[in-house]
Amino acid sequence: MEKKRLVRFILIIGFLSVFVPVSSAFAISDAYKGNIYQVGTLTPIDSKLKVKVGDQAPLFTLPSISGEKVSLNQFQGKKNVALSFVPAAWTPVCSDQWPGYNIAKDIFNQYDTILLGITVDNIPTLFAWTNQMGKLWFPVLSDFWPHGAVAKRYGVLRSDGVSERALFVIDKRGIIRYIDVHDINKRPPLEDLMGALEKLK
Amino acid sequence: MKKILIPFATVALLFSMLVFHALAANKPPEKGEVLPAINLSIPKNPDERSYLGLSGSGLFKIPQIKAKAVIVEIFSMYCPYCQKDAPGVNELHRLIENNPDIKNKVKLIGIGAGNSLYEVEVFKKTYNIPFPLFPDKDFTIHKACGEVRTPYFMVIKINENGTHQIVHTQLGNYPGAEPFLELVLKASGLK
Repeated sequence: MEKKRLVRFILIIGFLSVFVPVSSAFAISDAYKGNIYQVGTLTPIDSKLKVKVGDQAPLFTLPSISGEKVSLNQFQGKKNVALSFVPAAWTPVCSDQWPGYNIAKDIFNQYDTILLGITVDNIPTLFAWTNQMGKLWFPVLSDFWPHGAVAKRYGVLRSDGVSERALFVIDKRGIIRYIDVHDINKRPPLEDLMGALEKLK
Repeated sequence: MKKILIPFATVALLFSMLVFHALAANKPPEKGEVLPAINLSIPKNPDERSYLGLSGSGLFKIPQIKAKAVIVEIFSMYCPYCQKDAPGVNELHRLIENNPDIKNKVKLIGIGAGNSLYEVEVFKKTYNIPFPLFPDKDFTIHKACGEVRTPYFMVIKINENGTHQIVHTQLGNYPGAEPFLELVLKASGLK
C-alpha cells in the first residue's frame, strides 16, 4: 500500500513539474531581439572562493575589446577597482547588467572607481555582444585563454567553465574590500555595489 | 491501478485548467482590454502627486490618475533601447505640458521592470526624466503584463464613469514625440 502511494505521489509530482514556469524576466530589452540564449535556472553558486575581504587582490593582465591589455596593478594608488565577472555573453541576466552600469558612470566617478567587466568569452564574441549595449565607458576584458584563469584564481570559475556573477571591490592599495558572489540567476541590485563603494571613502 | 489513475487524472485535469488560466491571464495587455492588476505607490514627491491628481499615501491604480488618457512606458534602466529613447519620451512630456488643450488630459508614467527604487532614481537623474517613475523590483507588474520586452508602451483611455480601456500598445519602435503624441490623441479619442 505504501509503495502504491509513493508511486502515485511520484507520478503527480512528475506531471506537475512540467508546468513549473521558467521566468524570462531578465534580458527583456528589445535591443537584443531574439538573440539571447535562454539558459534556464542554474545552480545559484557553483564554485568556492579562493580570496576573502582583506586579502591582496590577485594581479592579472587581460586583453580588452579595445585592443589594449589591462592590468589590475595599473590602477594601484590611483583608482579603486570594481571587478564585474558575468557568466557569458548573449545570456539573460548578463545582458541586463552592464547597460545599467553604463549609465552610472557619474556614480563610479564619484567614488573614484574604475569598473572592469570580465567574462570568459573571447574578444570577437564580447565585441559583438557589447555593441548591442551602446558604447560602454568601461573596459571589457576577456578571460578566455588560458580559459577562465583569472576567474579560477579568484575562485569564481564554475564547473561548466563559465564564471560566477561576482563583484569584487578592490581599494587603491589593492586590498579586496567587498565580495558579492551573487546567485547567477539574478542581477545584483545596483545599490549594494554603490553602498560598498561609498564605504571606501 | 484504477485506484491510482482516477485521483491522478482528476488532479492533473484540475491543475492543468488552473495553469492554463494563469498563463492566459499573463499574456501581454492588448488593445480593447482592461489593464491587469497593477498597484503603484502614491508618490511621496508633492509635484508628482499633483501631476497625477492624487493625494494621501498608499497604493493607487492607473485609472485613478486624473486624466483622460495615460501613457505607460514599461522600461528598465538596464535596457539600452529605453536609454536611447529617454530623451524622445521626455520631449513627449514637454509637448503635452506645453499644450494647454491637452495638458490636464494626458499624463505619462514609467514603470521600471525589475528595477529597485535606487535604480529607477539613477535612470531618472541620468536622463532628467520629468514625469513619475515607479519601481517594480520583483517584476510583479512585469509578470502581470505578460513579461513584455522593453520599452513597452500602453495608452489607457479613462472614461467619465471611471472605467478604462487599453487603446494602444506598442513594443519599442518609438517614432519620436510628435508622431507618438498624434497617435495617442487619436487612439484615445482626444482628436
